[in-house]
Amino acid sequence: MTGTDTTTARPAPALGGAPARAALALGDDALVLAQRLGEWAGGAPVLEEEVALANIALDLLGQARVLLSLTGDEDELAFLREERAFLNLQLVEQPNGDFAHTIARQLYFSTYQHLLYAELAAGDGPLAGLAAKAVKEVAYHRDHAEQWTLRLGDGTDESHHRMGTACDALWRYTGEPFQPVDGLGTDTAAFEPAWLDSVTAVLTRAGLTVPDGPRTGAWAAGAGRQGLHTEHFGRMLAEMQHLHRSHPGATW
Amino acid sequence: MTAGTAGTAMTARAPGTDAADAAAQAAREAVFDAAVAADERIEPRDWMPEAYRATLVRQIAQHAHSEIIGMQPEANWITRAPSLRRKAILMAKVQDEAGHGLYLYSAAETLGVSRDELLDKLHTGRQKYSSIFNYPTLTWADVGAIGWLVDGAAITNQVPLCRCSYGPYARAMVRVCKEESFHQRQGYEALLALSRGTEAQHAMAQDAVNRWWWPSLMMFGPPDDESAHSARSMAWKIKRHSNDELRQRFVDIAAPQAEALGLTLPDPDLKWNEERGHHDFGPIDWTEFRDVLKGNGPCNEQRITQRRRAHEDGTWVREAAAAHARKHTAQPGEAQA
Repeated sequence: MTGTDTTTARPAPALGGAPARAALALGDDALVLAQRLGEWAGGAPVLEEEVALANIALDLLGQARVLLSLTGDEDELAFLREERAFLNLQLVEQPNGDFAHTIARQLYFSTYQHLLYAELAAGDGPLAGLAAKAVKEVAYHRDHAEQWTLRLGDGTDESHHRMGTACDALWRYTGEPFQPVDGLGTDTAAFEPAWLDSVTAVLTRAGLTVPDGPRTGAWAAGAGRQGLHTEHFGRMLAEMQHLHRSHPGATW
Repeated sequence: MTAGTAGTAMTARAPGTDAADAAAQAAREAVFDAAVAADERIEPRDWMPEAYRATLVRQIAQHAHSEIIGMQPEANWITRAPSLRRKAILMAKVQDEAGHGLYLYSAAETLGVSRDELLDKLHTGRQKYSSIFNYPTLTWADVGAIGWLVDGAAITNQVPLCRCSYGPYARAMVRVCKEESFHQRQGYEALLALSRGTEAQHAMAQDAVNRWWWPSLMMFGPPDDESAHSARSMAWKIKRHSNDELRQRFVDIAAPQAEALGLTLPDPDLKWNEERGHHDFGPIDWTEFRDVLKGNGPCNEQRITQRRRAHEDGTWVREAAAAHARKHTAQPGEAQA
């Protein structure tokens, strides 16, 4: 079981300007995906996956809290920003769908996040420390997603069909992660080939066809990083924020 | 327990007389009774009376089911938790409950029943889960009240189970209780924050405690003189204390905690009785208890429907995993053939 950090001390914001915005973007990715994964609680296909999905969500939430706290108060940032101020990728805000959609989203995102954190951990930028810790967590997330992609792609006709449909449906959100992010201190486009190689290899091993549709569309290229989201996102935020916003100034 | 071969001897016996069978049976029972009397642990390989096995299966399954159904009322607030810290704590707690379900279904499997079988009985209403989870979580404060009162009552019930005569159950309970005590503390702490917070937060906390107090007292089961399974379970040391004893213990712990929280318990008769050295408390509405048990609680239908839906929606996933595993384990054999 993952322990929970119950400390209340918040470090003073350590970053400003473009690096702060970059940290916020990565923090929003982690926060939004944790929120989506949290929606699975009590509804997973098997008890072991209740534990696994919650574990991944907790890792991501932990990363989000560190990243948001580098740029401000974590709760103000999570609960009081409007939709257009969130900088997460559109990929992570996509609804859970069936288990195949959740796994496809995990595969695409964790492969990206693993490459990104490995890169950041190897550098000496402000996010190197966080990335060094997170890269180990994300390695597990990536393995979890790859194993399930193999099981579902290879399992039954139904699972093969569902996994293929899910991979296709989310493919259009997979170009965005490699758009440049100011202040990140690393060129995300540089590891796009590694992402594509890895995902291609997993899908191929799973007996799935690598989607051939566009990996981005009008409005989609880099849109989430600019605060442009899909319609699903507003509803997700409404649910996440309503209680906090209903009691202005309260502490919990 | 050491005389574990008694059970296996039965399967390998040669045809014998009825008298020899009866003597062997009496010997097995004597070994079992002596082990229980000496506070030794009964292990899966040991011979045990069929009724002992059935009682344990019923109790462990009900406990496992309660863990997984109990995820629902709390998961109801994960997406709406009012701070990231509270969200992380709640997620970890609900995850723990899934983990408890896993330990407990595994403990039940040592008695020769599969998780699938038990889940099927849950889904078809042939096995029960704790009635407390048939109450709704209407506000955020309910999450705190569940932690403080429901988990507090559960701990009072479960700590003695760490000394239960059946080894796998007792060992599972050691782990469960450690985590439950964290759950109880987080609930208390969440309620304290609300009680000391704004007027609206305080009112939310009081309302939640008002709704959860009586159902929590019902968690200990019917009064001792009406409890169907108690006496035999006590004799077998599956159960160590009576329902009423445990209920009293819980009230004695909770009453001063409520005061420290700055909240009142909704019982005008609750007061310290110097003579007894315990709190007196008012009569419990057993009509409500029986009604909820029968299926007429506010959420019975909703909880089981949601559980069934998750299971049914997950069928294709479990089938895929099984098919994939079969293909993989089949490959080396096929290669040799």
